[in-house]
Amino acid sequence: MRVRLSAESVHSELVHRIEEYSGQDLMACYQCGKCAAGCPVAFAMDMLPSQVIRFAQLGLVDRLLDSKTIWLCAACQACYTRCPKGVDLSRIMEALREIVMYEKGSHIDYDDIPPEELMEWPQQAFIGGFRKYTV
Amino acid sequence: MKVSYFPGCTLNTTGKGFDIAVRDSAATIGLELVELPEWNCCGATYPLIIDNMLELAAPAHILVAARDEGSTVTTACTTCYNVLKRTNRFIREHEEERDRINAFIEADYDGEVEVMDILHLLRDRVGFDAVADKVQKPLTDLKVASYYGCMVLRPPDEVAYDDPDHPQSLDDLMAALGATPVDFAHKNECCGAYLAVKDPRITREMVYTILRSAQAAGAEAVATNCPLCQFNLDKQQAEMRKIYAGYQPIPVFYFSQLMGLALDLDASDYGWDRHYIDALPLLKKRGYWNGGSGV
Repeated sequence: MRVRLSAESVHSELVHRIEEYSGQDLMACYQCGKCAAGCPVAFAMDMLPSQVIRFAQLGLVDRLLDSKTIWLCAACQACYTRCPKGVDLSRIMEALREIVMYEKGSHIDYDDIPPEELMEWPQQAFIGGFRKYTV
Repeated sequence: MKVSYFPGCTLNTTGKGFDIAVRDSAATIGLELVELPEWNCCGATYPLIIDNMLELAAPAHILVAARDEGSTVTTACTTCYNVLKRTNRFIREHEEERDRINAFIEADYDGEVEVMDILHLLRDRVGFDAVADKVQKPLTDLKVASYYGCMVLRPPDEVAYDDPDHPQSLDDLMAALGATPVDFAHKNECCGAYLAVKDPRITREMVYTILRSAQAAGAEAVATNCPLCQFNLDKQQAEMRKIYAGYQPIPVFYFSQLMGLALDLDASDYGWDRHYIDALPLLKKRGYWNGGSGV
């Protein structure tokens, strides 16, 4: 993959917003990969959790905002528990989701959910899901 | 002992069996759970964006209601526990934000209530020995894998009352009930939680990994303390039989169902009809079922 890095992209407004929303220092990560190794959803992701933070460090935010990965993180915080630098990656994932939802609106639509599922499933699944995927 | 009790939305509806079994069992061992006279939904997720204060209003409102009833509030829903525990800590530690939350919900609360998960309360205030003393029908030879999920373990500095990598409290309770605890590698791995709302196929894969791990360790049943984990682990198996050749389903219990049975309570209204993998054949075959009315 060929990428163009610049001081402008590394210090862009979007990078600043990710740090501000998440409260995390992106540069604290030294890419050990423990987050990716232990992530129970990594098998379904198009970018590994460690790659998400690497792309953010390099200011390649557009790739992150288009990724499937940010919508697959269930905030189980296994990564945060194991991170030797104490980076809470689930907060970075949430910051990225928020940025997308602020710009584009909801990621899933309530009306797309079959009514029988609404009756059958635990309330917490829907409330949690809507809080993560809708605005 | 009397302790304030917050059921939460799920235990008041789809997880009613979990709730009934918890209340019945607690009463039998001398723990009176007094439901808060007024409560609302906790919000089901703790906000991870630092300025998302509005999502803290609902759990803060519950904490205020709990403060008016006593010094400790307990819940059997691990998600509610996680949200209430973290909100309480946030309010304790952030004076400026606390004032904003109080102004919004028209309260004067500074985090003085102690939030305890029911399993923590049973372990440290009641004692598993006291539970064992009340067991009438021990679950002898039942090889049960205890599955903890995420919510009582992570983030460890905020919510854990057990080792986040090797939790033991549920295993110890199962031993107190006479069962044989089965240790397994995935006892603390995420089941997918609300991901199923977006894509159940991903949840199914995660659940398969967890349950195969439990079965490989010799488990014939799973006990969990999380209502959403119970739902995911149970429901996904109906489809797994079609997708993974040779997969043999395994019943997934709320831990309180097993506790009620071991205490020889009438378990007929513990929500057995909501199980996707029928749990009763195993219970009846092995003599753990006491023939409670109407099932």
